[in-house]
Amino acid sequence: MSGGLYSTEKNDFDKTLDLTAVKPYGDTMNDGKTQISFTLPVAAGDEAIEAAKQLMRKMGFENPLVVYHKELTEGYTFFNCYGSCTHTVDFTSIHVPKVEGTKWDMHETDEFIRANIGRPLVVVGASTGTDAHTVGIDAIMNMKGFAGHYGLERYEMFEAHNLGSQVPNDEFIAKAVELGADALLVSQTVTQKDVHIKNMVELVEMLEAEGLRDKVILVCGGPRISHELAKELGYDAGFGMNTYADDVASFVAQEYERRHKGEKK
Amino acid sequence: MQESKLGLDFNKVAHAKDVARNIACDVQKFVDQYTTVAVERTLCRLLGIDGVDENTVPLPNVLVADIKDKGLLGRGILYFIGNAIIATGLTPQQIAEKVAAGELDLTRLEGHSDEEIHKALKPYIEESLKRISARRAKKEHYLKTIGEGSKPYLYVIVATGNIYEDVVQAQAAARQGADIIAVIRTTGQSLLDYVPYGATTEGFGGTFATQENFRIMRKALDEVGEEVGRYIRLCNYCSGLCMPEIAAMGALEGLDVMLNDALYGILFRDINMQRTLVDQFMSRVINGYAGVIINTGEDNYLTTADAVEEAHTVLASDLINEQLALLAGLPEEQMGLGHAFEMDPSLENGFLLELAQAQMIREIFPKAPLKYMPPTKFMTGNIFRGHIQDALFNMIGIWTHQGIQLLGMPTEAIHTPFMSDRYLSIENAKYIFGNMKSIGEEMEFKKDGIVQRRAAEVLSKATNLLEQLESEGLFTALEKGIFADVKRPKNGGKGLEGVAPKAEGYYNPFVQLMLNREFI
Repeated sequence: MSGGLYSTEKNDFDKTLDLTAVKPYGDTMNDGKTQISFTLPVAAGDEAIEAAKQLMRKMGFENPLVVYHKELTEGYTFFNCYGSCTHTVDFTSIHVPKVEGTKWDMHETDEFIRANIGRPLVVVGASTGTDAHTVGIDAIMNMKGFAGHYGLERYEMFEAHNLGSQVPNDEFIAKAVELGADALLVSQTVTQKDVHIKNMVELVEMLEAEGLRDKVILVCGGPRISHELAKELGYDAGFGMNTYADDVASFVAQEYERRHKGEKK
Repeated sequence: MQESKLGLDFNKVAHAKDVARNIACDVQKFVDQYTTVAVERTLCRLLGIDGVDENTVPLPNVLVADIKDKGLLGRGILYFIGNAIIATGLTPQQIAEKVAAGELDLTRLEGHSDEEIHKALKPYIEESLKRISARRAKKEHYLKTIGEGSKPYLYVIVATGNIYEDVVQAQAAARQGADIIAVIRTTGQSLLDYVPYGATTEGFGGTFATQENFRIMRKALDEVGEEVGRYIRLCNYCSGLCMPEIAAMGALEGLDVMLNDALYGILFRDINMQRTLVDQFMSRVINGYAGVIINTGEDNYLTTADAVEEAHTVLASDLINEQLALLAGLPEEQMGLGHAFEMDPSLENGFLLELAQAQMIREIFPKAPLKYMPPTKFMTGNIFRGHIQDALFNMIGIWTHQGIQLLGMPTEAIHTPFMSDRYLSIENAKYIFGNMKSIGEEMEFKKDGIVQRRAAEVLSKATNLLEQLESEGLFTALEKGIFADVKRPKNGGKGLEGVAPKAEGYYNPFVQLMLNREFI
C-alpha cells in the first residue's frame, strides 16, 4: 500500500458510543471497520478488483479496500477486503427469545430432581433422519460429555438413552414410547438445503398425530439451531453452539417441574 | 531390524501383530462360511450386469432379491446365471434384462452340472478381470509417464451434491495442488441396500456414488492431471450396505482410493457386524486386485471417545484392520490405515502427544500410506484458530512422513468446503510441507522424554486390549463397546437379513483368481 503505515483517511465522525446506532468497531469507535472475504466467478485482474470494490459499496461499505486477491482456478478469484460499514443497528430495541430458566451444574440439577420430582427423568436422544453425525448428541449425552461438561449419562437423576445416528422419526417415537421418555432430544448437524427443518417438522407432526406431543418435553440442538428456530418449529427449546449438557439438563428438569407442579410424587 | 526414533521395542510390536492376526483369523473363519446379498450383487456387476428396471431398481438387485426371496441366496447367484447362460445362450446382461421383464425365472431352468456351469461363466469372468487389470495398467502408465505429487498426498473433499459442479471444484483443487479428490457421498447412502444409477445432480452434503458419477469424475481428473502434469487420484467410499459393490464399480472405473473399514459401519452406521465383516472381505479382495489404496476409519473413534485416553483403541483397530486386509490379499503398500489429530487444543503438550502417536503409527506400519485425519471435534467456528490447528496438524504430517494428509479446512463444522477454503488449506499444507520438509530427518526425540514415553504407553495399552479381544473374540468385544464407546449386538443392526450361510456347491471364483493376481 502506498499509504504507508498510517491511515490518512479523514476520521471526522462522532466517536461516542450510541447504542441506538451501533456499527462495527476496528480500533476507533464508529469507524465501522469490517473484514470480509469472498470469491467472484471472474478472472483475476484490474476489472475483478474493481468488481469486488463495487460489490463492497453495494453491501454498504465505504472506502472498500481489496488487500489480497488470488485466482483460485481459471475464472474464479478470491478476495480479502476491508471497508467501513455505513449501516447501523438499534441495539436497544433488540429482543431475542431465550430458553427460560436458570442454568445449574450437574449436582444442582440432580438435587433439584431428587427434591422436586423424586425419580430419574427418562431422556431419549438421537441424531434423527438421515443425519449420520453423532458428535452433537454424544456431546450432550455421553458420560464424558464435552469440554469439561459432563453428559446426561453421568447424572444420577437422568436415565439417558442415546440411540445414535440416522434414527428415522417413527423408530425414534416407538423407542421413546417403549422407554417411557419424559424428554426427547433431537440432534441435527447436517443442514444443507434445510434438510434438518423438514426432518424436525416431521417429528413434531408425527408426535401430534399420535397424541404424544404434550406428553414429552421436546428439545433440539445443533450448530445451526437457535431457540427461536426451535420454538417456531414447535419445540420446547433449542440449543445452539456453545451450549452443553448443563444447559439441556437444567432446562428439562425445570420444565418438567413446571408442567407437573402440584402433581403427587 | 528397523531403528526406532521412539525407542519402540519391535519385539512388542511383533507380538501385537501376532495377536491381531489371531483375532483376524478367527473372524475369517466366520467370513468364509457366509455370503451376503451385497457380495452376490457384486458378482453380478463383475459379470457386466448394469442398468435398472422400470422401477429404477438396479438389475443386480433384481436378480439377487429373486433368489433370496426363494431361500436360495446361499447357493450363490453365479450358479443360476451360469446355468441360465447354458439354457438360453444369452449373455449375463441379457439374462438380467429378461428376469427384470418377468420373462425368465432363473430358478426354474433345467439344472446343469457344476463343471458345465463353471465353463459357461469362464469367459465372462476372464473378461471382467481383464477389464479391471487394464484399468489398473492405465493408472500405472500415468504414474510412470506424468508422475504424481510427493507424500504426504494432499487429500481434499468435494461435496456439492451435483457431480458436474463437483468436477469444477475438483479440477480447481487439482490445479491448486491437491493429489487426491474425495467425492463425499450424500448423507444416508451408506444405508441404502442398492447403488443408485446414472449421473446425479441432487444430494445432501455430498454426491451419490454411482458408476456413471465415478466415470465422469475419473475422466475429469485424467484431463486435469494431464494439464498439471501430475496424476490425480480419485477417492470414494466402500462402506455401508453396498461395500463390495462399490469396490467393484471403483475397480471397473479406475478409482484409486476407497474408504474401506472392517468395523466403521458396525460402530457408526449400526450395520450388522456379520454383514459388514463378510462384505469387507470381498471388497478388500477387489481393492487389492485393482491396486486401490484402502483408507480405514479409526479417526472416527476419536470424534466420540477421548483422543488421549482412547488412543490405544486406534492402534489396536489399525492392527486388526491390517491383518484382515492381509487375509484379503491387500498388500501393505495399499493400506491407508487411519489415525487422527483430535486432542483438545487446550491440553498442555498436546502437540507432543500427537507427534508421539503419529510417529508410532508410522514406525509400526512402515510401508503403509497412512491416512492422517485433521482436527474436527475441536473446530469451533473460530476459523482463525482453526487454521492454526490445521497448521499444527500439517507439521506432524510432514515430520512423521504420513502417506495421505486429509486437509483440514478452517471452516470445518460450518459448511462443506468453499472453493476458497480448499485453496487456503492447500496453501497452508504446501507452505508447511516445503518449509519443514526434512524436519523428521533432523530431529531426534529425547530418550525417555514425553514423546518416547507416550508411544510406549499407547503400544502397551493397545497390546493389552488386543489380548483381551483375542480371548473374547471380536464379536463379543463389539457387543461390549470396546471401540468408540459404542456397543453393537451380534444380531442387531441393519442388513442382517441379507446374510446367508454358503450352501453346498456355492461358487465365487473371483476371490481366488483375484488373490492369484490373474491377468495382472
